[in-house]
Amino acid sequence: MAKGIWVFAEVKDKNIRKVTFELLSQGRKMAEKLGEELVAVLLGSEVEGLTGRLAEYADKVFWADDPALAQYTTDAYASVLANLLKEHQPSIFLCGATVIGKDLSPRLAARLETGLATDCTALSIGDNGALVAKRPVYAGKAFIELGFSEARPQMAQIRPNVLEMVPPDGSKKGSIAKVDAKIDAGSLRTTVLEVVKSAAAKVDLTEAEIIVSGGRGMKSSENFKVLEDLAEVIKATVGASRAAVDSGWREHGDQVGQTGKVVTPNLYIACGISGAIQHLAGMGSSKVIVAINKDPDAPIFQKADYGIVEDLFKVVPVLSEEFKKLLSES
Amino acid sequence: MNVIVCMKQVPDTETLIKVKPDGSGIVTDDIKYVMNPYCEFAVEESLRIKEKQGGASILVTMGPARAVETLRTGLAMGSDRSIHLNDPAFEGADGFATAKALAEAIKKEQYDLILCGKQAVDDDMAQVGQSLAELLNLPHVTLITKLEISADKKKAKVEREVDGGKEVIEVGLPAVLTCQKGLNEPRYASLPGIMKAKKKEVKAINLGALGLPADQVGAAGSKIKIMKYSSPPSRPPGKIVTGEILEAAQKLVKLLREEAKVI
Repeated sequence: MAKGIWVFAEVKDKNIRKVTFELLSQGRKMAEKLGEELVAVLLGSEVEGLTGRLAEYADKVFWADDPALAQYTTDAYASVLANLLKEHQPSIFLCGATVIGKDLSPRLAARLETGLATDCTALSIGDNGALVAKRPVYAGKAFIELGFSEARPQMAQIRPNVLEMVPPDGSKKGSIAKVDAKIDAGSLRTTVLEVVKSAAAKVDLTEAEIIVSGGRGMKSSENFKVLEDLAEVIKATVGASRAAVDSGWREHGDQVGQTGKVVTPNLYIACGISGAIQHLAGMGSSKVIVAINKDPDAPIFQKADYGIVEDLFKVVPVLSEEFKKLLSES
Repeated sequence: MNVIVCMKQVPDTETLIKVKPDGSGIVTDDIKYVMNPYCEFAVEESLRIKEKQGGASILVTMGPARAVETLRTGLAMGSDRSIHLNDPAFEGADGFATAKALAEAIKKEQYDLILCGKQAVDDDMAQVGQSLAELLNLPHVTLITKLEISADKKKAKVEREVDGGKEVIEVGLPAVLTCQKGLNEPRYASLPGIMKAKKKEVKAINLGALGLPADQVGAAGSKIKIMKYSSPPSRPPGKIVTGEILEAAQKLVKLLREEAKVI
């Protein structure tokens, strides 16, 4: 019988991503409920130094080290993980709903002929001991609860920022075991030729705790400077509505909404955004929403916790100054 | 180059989605269906490849009778022919069962490349392209925003969007690529295109023609099952912060610090 809750430890810029610890925190609760082991699995090159921190959370850490794992490629990662999962047969396998998690897990699920719930916002264990996953559909206009067939492991991707991170008390330390990556170089069918970082090294929208977003009311790409300035003060990432992206003012990677990114920050500040259904779907799960728009009838005010009915170009610079004062005091 | 494009018909993104009171699904009356926006990028890219390199653009979809409309839209844009997987047995398929049926249909075709949208904007699973690649034993690259095919048509160089930047990847063909916004600007169907589309082939494939056992398709072949639909949690009514600009800004900052506790 399949046993064990496995968490894929994702590495970015030589560090383990926060979502991994969120998953391990959730995994611990489920492991206790099921009476099963919590296992972290780490792949990379020269990553031994990262295993200790994982062992503070997990009962066991498996890690594989291979130059072919230094840069994520689907084939290398899928091959190592599929072998480990076939060998150990855990009941649950979790990864972050990140670019890597989303690329990897559907391939892995198909190889193992098992169920996968993507982009989840909540996980629980049902009365029968099986995983129940909750996730948005229609970009958040509705939610579904998913159950799994008999196939194991039950696989799920969970969005960054939605699960609580519970730091361990430090009393326990899991075991650490190195495993052989066994990668056949001939089986790698893609080659990463180049990685180009965005000019501004910023937190990705899907992981940002604060987002400042601009819409049609921004009127030009240069005008986004006022939002960049505000974002600088409150350490936010700048997003945009489809109207702003389609007008060519921002890159499509900045788009929030049903045909862009679905985001869940603690604070979302919408500036000059009217609030089309497809935009509201993408940011409606934010914890706190602020809307600044001169049109009092803009639908965005229906979703907002706080609203200011005024020209954003008058309000935002003053807001930046006020935040600056507040943050310099504390 | 023969390019296969997998596509899906979905509710228009401006649709207000309502959950049925018993949680068994969504209310489908009055929904306007359109081609999934990410599939539009895939169709457009197949047409650009065809215009440059020759070959055919072949559309494949799985869905009920109405899904033919989406195939016709693609044919009107310029695709050559289409395949419609339609059988009550295919209903209720998850990403795995969908990929399985598509893979079986695609195996019967000659192709050099398979394009999919990065996800369908109805169930937002973002799963079929990668799973399809696995079932066909092909490499895949997700979220592509640029595609160049080598002169010998054996390789592709693609750009893909990753967190905080982009990657340039070389992949051997055939491969499955999933398309992201930014890849191209999809064309509109022209009137002559719409007229021509009426005469283009839509090949219907039912369970018997597909040749998979009934327990490997649709809900029966699925590995996950939707147990319940619910509406998003409702938000309490918001506050409009009033006053002169400075005063309103000061009030807002105070509320965000002391009431909402997010700054």
